[in-house]
Amino acid sequence: MRTMHWIRKNLVVIAGLLTLAYMILPNIVVMVFSFNKPNGRFNYSWQRFSLDAWRDPCGVADMCGSLSLSLQLATWATLGATVLGTMIAFALVRYRFRARGAINSLIFLPMTMPEVVMAASLLTLFLNMGARLGFWTVLIAHVMFCLSFVVTAVKARVMSMDPRLEEAARDLYAGPVQTFVRVTLPIAAPGIAAGALLAFALSFDDFIITNFNAGSTVTFPMFVWGSAQRGTPVQINVIGTAMFVIAVLVVVAGQVVTNRRRRTAAH
Amino acid sequence: MTKEEAPPAPELPVRKASTRKRLVPYWLLLPGIIWLLVFFALPLLYQASTSVQTGSLEKGFEVTWHFRTYWDAFQEYWPQFVRSLLYAGTATLLCLLLGYPLAYMIAFRAGRWRNLALVLVIAPFFTSFLIRTLAWKTILADGGPVVDVLNTLHVLDVTSWLGWTEGDRVLATPMAVVCGLTYNFLPFMILPLYTSLERIDGRLHEAARDLYASPATTFRKVTFPLSMPGVVSGTLLTFIPASGDYVNAELLGSTDTKMVGNVIQSQFLRVLDYPTAAALSFILMAIVLVMVTVYIRRAGTEDLV
Repeated sequence: MRTMHWIRKNLVVIAGLLTLAYMILPNIVVMVFSFNKPNGRFNYSWQRFSLDAWRDPCGVADMCGSLSLSLQLATWATLGATVLGTMIAFALVRYRFRARGAINSLIFLPMTMPEVVMAASLLTLFLNMGARLGFWTVLIAHVMFCLSFVVTAVKARVMSMDPRLEEAARDLYAGPVQTFVRVTLPIAAPGIAAGALLAFALSFDDFIITNFNAGSTVTFPMFVWGSAQRGTPVQINVIGTAMFVIAVLVVVAGQVVTNRRRRTAAH
Repeated sequence: MTKEEAPPAPELPVRKASTRKRLVPYWLLLPGIIWLLVFFALPLLYQASTSVQTGSLEKGFEVTWHFRTYWDAFQEYWPQFVRSLLYAGTATLLCLLLGYPLAYMIAFRAGRWRNLALVLVIAPFFTSFLIRTLAWKTILADGGPVVDVLNTLHVLDVTSWLGWTEGDRVLATPMAVVCGLTYNFLPFMILPLYTSLERIDGRLHEAARDLYASPATTFRKVTFPLSMPGVVSGTLLTFIPASGDYVNAELLGSTDTKMVGNVIQSQFLRVLDYPTAAALSFILMAIVLVMVTVYIRRAGTEDLV
């Protein structure tokens, strides 16, 4: 009776935790299988424990090359999309001008289109222009689809900014540049950082658009895709696990820093 | 193409400084908007033109206004279209059913665990989604624990009868594809839901309770309607990418579970029949746009994003 009551009272929490388990399960499987020593080419069933893959993460031909290519791409794509996106976000929030509605929908559209449609249409453009598919075409594509997400993230932050802070800076004889660098930018920074992080993650993980526009260039997701047919090396699980652990550590560290700052600010 | 988007600010001759100020937003917009026009809008035009071309890879393609390609493509591949919408729709519904309790829990019941829960929702993102999708192959493997449990509970008998699974396997069936789609797009459902739930004033719940509303009534009359913006943007963010996905169908499905994304991909990259591929992706885009428009009208939320 009491347990029934408890279950009914906490039904939402139980259901939520089950969903969370569903979401984490594949990551746990990836982690466990990074310690596997498969018999054949496929790392789909557990054989025996081994640290081989962790000792030699780059032991597979071409894998670390594709990884470093993906990291470079994501870095440049993030830089490009963040700069362009932040500029657009500021223009949209801070100024009233004609064509505002049209520009808003132009930014909204890439997010409401199946990725495969964008990927295919970009490929038609590149084919028609006779462009050589490779690093540059992929970079162009990544900047394009990350842009909308950066604009959305930065816009949200800039909209909640108090314009009086900038007025105050101007009243204190700060020039426009000084106001921007010392006041506006620091306040907008969390939004810009969120947008940049999102862009990095999206670019690093993108497969569909890259698959269409990369030609013979192989990024990390494309390497994983290719190896799924040939047999996945255990090292892929090592990289996946490492990425997961690093991401969690970075977020937790960020949390600790903000908490500490909040605590010192309270004193 | 690029000249259209920055209409010269039409204005009476005013002081010079103010003219310069007025141009600031255009200078801020220019690079980004040009990028989107050249690499997002222009490609769609090229694709539109490709879809009405005929020819071959050797002799080259020519615009012949051959609209039949659309009809032929649709006739040949309508099962894949139906399947895409069905799988994406089911996955969206499952995401909503699974994601709502979790978003609700994080927003109202997590207390000091809230940030940890949010991190756990986003963290899987950082392991490449292809690696995680491949992990489902292990989880759903023939004779694996999941299949065993479902078999013992006779769930697979029911699902096989419904045509979702085949015999005593889950891998390479529609159920595996939908499971993968649901998994891959869950965060896109949970985050908007969480954002809109978190904005709800807790006092509204208290007020409902004070007026003798049961928890179920409170949810139905207060919480759920107020979370509608999250529901709408969550379902869109799930349904649209899911309908064009081909990764889950390729990795977890079989030849009988191909979605329209798979067809577009192979027409473009293997068969090299560009007109058909372009027509297919336009039909997909049109279907999605129509469905999204109708849905947004019905759901009645205008202030998205």
